[in-house]
Amino acid sequence: MARVLAALLAAAALAPAIPQTTDDAALPEHLSETGLFADGSSTQPRRDVLGFAPQYALWSDGADKRRWIRVPTGAAIDASAPDAWQFPPGTQLWKEFSHGGRRVETRYIERQRNGRWRYATYVWNARGDDATLAPSRGVPALAVAEAPQGRYDVPARADCTACHEGAATPVLGFSALQLSRDRDPLAPHVRAPAAGDVDLDALVARGLVRDLPAALIQRAPRVQAASAVERAALGYLHANCGHCHNRSDAGVPVQLTLAQSALDPAASRSETLRSTLGVAGRYRTPDLPPDAALIAPQAPERSVLLARLRSRQAQTQMPPLGTHLTDPEGLALVERWIRQLSSTVEEEP
Amino acid sequence: MTRRPVLVPSFWAVAAATAVATALLSAVPVARAADSRAPEKVVRGKYLVSTSGCHDCHTPFKLGPNGPEPDMARALSGHPQALVMPPAPQLPPGPWLVTTAATNTAFAGPWGVSFTANLTPDADTGLGQWSLKNFMDTIRTGRHLGRGRAVLPPMPIPVYNNFTDDDLEAVYSYLRTIPPISNRVPEPLPPAQATAAK
Repeated sequence: MARVLAALLAAAALAPAIPQTTDDAALPEHLSETGLFADGSSTQPRRDVLGFAPQYALWSDGADKRRWIRVPTGAAIDASAPDAWQFPPGTQLWKEFSHGGRRVETRYIERQRNGRWRYATYVWNARGDDATLAPSRGVPALAVAEAPQGRYDVPARADCTACHEGAATPVLGFSALQLSRDRDPLAPHVRAPAAGDVDLDALVARGLVRDLPAALIQRAPRVQAASAVERAALGYLHANCGHCHNRSDAGVPVQLTLAQSALDPAASRSETLRSTLGVAGRYRTPDLPPDAALIAPQAPERSVLLARLRSRQAQTQMPPLGTHLTDPEGLALVERWIRQLSSTVEEEP
Repeated sequence: MTRRPVLVPSFWAVAAATAVATALLSAVPVARAADSRAPEKVVRGKYLVSTSGCHDCHTPFKLGPNGPEPDMARALSGHPQALVMPPAPQLPPGPWLVTTAATNTAFAGPWGVSFTANLTPDADTGLGQWSLKNFMDTIRTGRHLGRGRAVLPPMPIPVYNNFTDDDLEAVYSYLRTIPPISNRVPEPLPPAQATAAK
């Protein structure tokens, strides 16, 4: 009985329930059946599968990542709303996670004919020649010697939607801003695009991205900022926090904007600063002084945003899932930006 | 680390209180006029809230002539803002696991300290800005707003996840009709900050 009670408590606290919305039977059992790799290969993508590298990376405990997209033949991405691209049914995206050169997991999302997205993740076998569909509840603490602390959490299906369905579009990291040719040299953890990777210009040239506003073709999308450090910091927050903290209808009802806009970067920057600088917020811990703010200019020790990025306690950490380790490089960047902030920051750069 | 045998008296206390509170609350009137667009849904929501133990933790208890009873003047407003809890006592090794506030709105255990949420439609401190989707995502995923930290014990997410979508919409609809109460519930405390000095 005692064990049952303990299990109940643990389940209530630690094991988010899984929405019963995904048809597991319809998902391919193996990654090799999803159409990522050419026939007979487990490394060479198909010719119609395109690699890409976002300029601002999501921190994933130091994992090396590679990403691909396939847009159905004859279809195109509607970019008329440049911050909320509409992907045609049949669009597929993959993201491969590796530690120490060993492929651990490849995540997969696909837009179905009914317009809904489905999510899956595949765990690589020891031979490295294919990956198998993970259970919808994920695989917590998978033993991976090359991963930090020798463990790796394969996310549950609900974890996929927790991040991917909080933004204007479920596709994160493949957008006008992320694929701009005007890449940020200070962005942490940047993987230089590989040969053959596509950027925004290439996608437009191939006709895979259509109806992008002309202004964004003439002027490459870029985070607006008062300094190079601020540009990189806002870009980092965009990639790591903006998928929930945004102004879309899908975002969380918290008055905090950390997503940046390709269409109106001045407005999104202004909204980020307005919603953070000197704003008390509701989060408090004994570690923070009474006058803490989401961001306290020149005072990282009073900045709640930084405190939560630094936390890896389950109840307080931000982002709330997906990592066990903090990101030293990202933290240093955000702290440097906060130290630079001044009362004149609201002025247009 | 030594695994301790586990017994949760407060868990049983909550369960017992459920029966008492259910009886007490069966006569609680809907405080506002029912939503004219879906009165049946609101009535159904009130029934579910009143029979599913929501008040047991989300309405602070006060000491009445016959013992603890829900303070309906603060119905569903969560842990009282003014009740600043001291550090939870550190329990000795053994079967005791959870400590509960007299209000039945704060719970200390291995997860830290959890405080029950303000479910009233107050815009600043309650669910006033929550959409139906936010509410359903929270119950369905066991994560705050469907995206954030895990919802903590003793919230019985695995039980409430058995509600149908219609049930959850009814509960949400009813919660929109109750009086908004301004009461800013503290954020949960992690284990390191939950207990008194060792």
